[in-house]
Amino acid sequence: MSQADVPAPVAMVPRLDMRGISKRYDATLALRNVDLVVQPGEIHAIAGENGAGKSTLIKILAGAVARDAGAIKIDGVETELPSPHAARQAGIRVVYQEFSLVPHLSVAENILLGQMPSRARGMWIDWKTAAQRASAALDSLGFVVPNVRRPVASLPVSQRQMVEIAKAMLERPRILVLDEPSAVLSGGDLDRLFNAVRALRDAGTTVLYVSHRLDEVFEIASRITVLKDGGLVGTVDASSIDQAGLVRMMVGRELAEIYPPRNASIGEPLLQVRNLSRTRVFKDVNLNLAPGEIVGVFGLVGSGRTDVVRAIFGADASTGEMTLGGRPYRPRSPGDALSRGVAMLSEDRARDGLVLQLSIRDNLSLASYSQMSRLGLISRRLQDALVTKEIAEVNVRAPSIGAAVRRLSGGNQQKVVVGKWLLRGAEVLLLDEPTRGVDVGAKAEIYRIIATLAERGKAILLVSSELPEILGMSDRILVMRGGRIVGQFSRSEATEERLLAAAAGVVEGTAA
Amino acid sequence: MTMTSSPTARALSVVGRRLGSARKDLRGRWLSYVPTVAFLVLATIAAVTSDAFLSQGNLSNLFRQIVTNGLISLGMLTVILSAGIDLSVGAIVALAGIVAAGLLNMLPWPVAIPLAVGVAIVAGGLNGTLVAGFRLPPFVATLATMSAIRGFVYVVSETPITPTDMTFGRIVASSVGPVPTPAIFMIGCFIAVSFFLNRTTMGRAIYAIGGNEEAVRLSGINVRAHIMLAYLISGLFAGLAGVILASRVGIAQPSVGVGLELDAIAACVIGGASLAGGRGSVRGTFAGVLLLGLISNLLNLYSVQAYYQQIFKGALIVLAVLARRREG
Repeated sequence: MSQADVPAPVAMVPRLDMRGISKRYDATLALRNVDLVVQPGEIHAIAGENGAGKSTLIKILAGAVARDAGAIKIDGVETELPSPHAARQAGIRVVYQEFSLVPHLSVAENILLGQMPSRARGMWIDWKTAAQRASAALDSLGFVVPNVRRPVASLPVSQRQMVEIAKAMLERPRILVLDEPSAVLSGGDLDRLFNAVRALRDAGTTVLYVSHRLDEVFEIASRITVLKDGGLVGTVDASSIDQAGLVRMMVGRELAEIYPPRNASIGEPLLQVRNLSRTRVFKDVNLNLAPGEIVGVFGLVGSGRTDVVRAIFGADASTGEMTLGGRPYRPRSPGDALSRGVAMLSEDRARDGLVLQLSIRDNLSLASYSQMSRLGLISRRLQDALVTKEIAEVNVRAPSIGAAVRRLSGGNQQKVVVGKWLLRGAEVLLLDEPTRGVDVGAKAEIYRIIATLAERGKAILLVSSELPEILGMSDRILVMRGGRIVGQFSRSEATEERLLAAAAGVVEGTAA
Repeated sequence: MTMTSSPTARALSVVGRRLGSARKDLRGRWLSYVPTVAFLVLATIAAVTSDAFLSQGNLSNLFRQIVTNGLISLGMLTVILSAGIDLSVGAIVALAGIVAAGLLNMLPWPVAIPLAVGVAIVAGGLNGTLVAGFRLPPFVATLATMSAIRGFVYVVSETPITPTDMTFGRIVASSVGPVPTPAIFMIGCFIAVSFFLNRTTMGRAIYAIGGNEEAVRLSGINVRAHIMLAYLISGLFAGLAGVILASRVGIAQPSVGVGLELDAIAACVIGGASLAGGRGSVRGTFAGVLLLGLISNLLNLYSVQAYYQQIFKGALIVLAVLARRREG
């Protein structure tokens, strides 16, 4: 037996016992002698900033990555996990952020993949039974997916995540790992997931819940293991610590230091949006945005908040009136919007914001070639000067400006996206979830940059599903639900409760 | 342990770390030189084992032969970087050759040759319209034009055309010192495309589109125009290859160029290009072209049947991709 320096409850054989786990990628030590002990029927959170080693630990458990050192015991039995298949055989099931669904197959086929009910000795698929079983699996979780015969690709992201979770739960794993499920689920869906997770726990499944959202961690987990920089900070009972204490464990800094002080001088409206609509997506959206102002837009998944921002940026078609600086503004493409000084930071940086295999230099330059080239010819000297200055301004930590962006941490990647737009020099910044998937330290830096931009007179629209972020940064807050703006609050009148109530439609009854 | 704090020891440890990372860089770089190294090894073996290999005649022959694939590969690389593919280049080679030969019987060569290349660029524009304008998958679009253009070539002339004006043919056949003129032209094209892809905004945009089209669009860059440009460039180089090939053999055949698209794709892939787009280099493609050319030259010298050559090529592609995978 190895040394027991983790406060584990006694007299039980742990469901999962990982000891001295280490993993090195090239020059970086991703995990350093980490212990993780989880009891049967426990919901155990793994918390830590991005880059703390959470995902590496999960990947080792999933058999996707081989450990360099350490031992893994499941129910007291020494277990090797050489492949994802072996991990599954051992009863470990991981629901990743990125989905493992087959997009063009139906919901039912995805949920029942490899175990489709059939007739005549496997000759014919029994579609009726398949649909029933898949629906039953979703129902048992309280998830509503309208038609299980539709292809997964036609579902919104949040419903795809539900399918993924249903698929995992159907296997009745001994250990279920949920990797940041709240990245795409919110509000009621998340509550339903939590209920299903608790039911699973009561049936004896051990659940590992990976998240950097502290409120969730406290709501669902009974114990919390905190990682930092690849090392173990400690494992604590959720009841013995508060949010501030957990943040201190994760970053070694106080929560209050995360949001910068704001001293904005707000001018006359620069961007005015009137009756902006897009069929079946959002309707009659009105908003004003002034230089020096940060307007927060809060809404749950599917409320249309991202679609509104994309329409203002000209990325999607829309109807309605917009003026910018008193002149009509009708962007037909992102190029139009940029030429009028409107820039957008998109919610999914890997999909919409970055070219991962290209260098920091290329990515930062992407929207600003006209500033660094003549007759289409790039001046390397000018490019490197501009890029180097921008890297310093947004504080990207990277070995060199030629380094590929995919090698950077999530926080540094996001700073590259922010830097791309700062280099371009926009007057109106549409920020869609600017800190998604970013650790607390990088968050604080991005908030500082946003506040500085507002002080310099930029008009900023901040879209977010994180209430503390909206409340900490915004001068005014708009709440969206079902494609409409359903509430407007000043900084002083806004509270978490009021925003959530408006977003969920509690006050005015339910909407579509 | 006092050693570690002394300046010498610290300097040593810094040097050690630098060496460590240099070794890693070297490993990465070595892998990207695999085609070049393979080329040198093969050339050495050939020089030692065969008297004919190093002869003036054989070397200049080798260089003349790689010009066709070299030029086509440059266009193919540009398209592949944009996450596309151009299967119609072989048909465009035949088109440019037939048009050039036909026009040479009516017009002086400084008019006829550019016109023929212009027709090839128009064919590239057709691909660009289908892919960038109508958003057809590149494989499907260029599969269709491959068939259509080949058919069109036969409509223009079912029989081979022999140009009467041989001035251009003489230029193609000439040499500067020991080096054939077309080879010098091809090397110039490699330098130009390398400059285009690495140092111009359009070239960088093509790389970026292959990496993440949506991110490029949201950066305010006209994605469709750049995809169109890539296919125009592919048409241009297929056209250049076509007129040079027809002039080299002295006759334009409607059936010429079948399968050339595969050689060009092979050269790009051996040189490290990813068919998913966004990754690949002119230097690597050059090495790929050289290597493929050398292999057929060698196997010809040893009188190995053409069928075995194809087996070699296939094995080479697999090996090149496997070597790349290590690089990560």
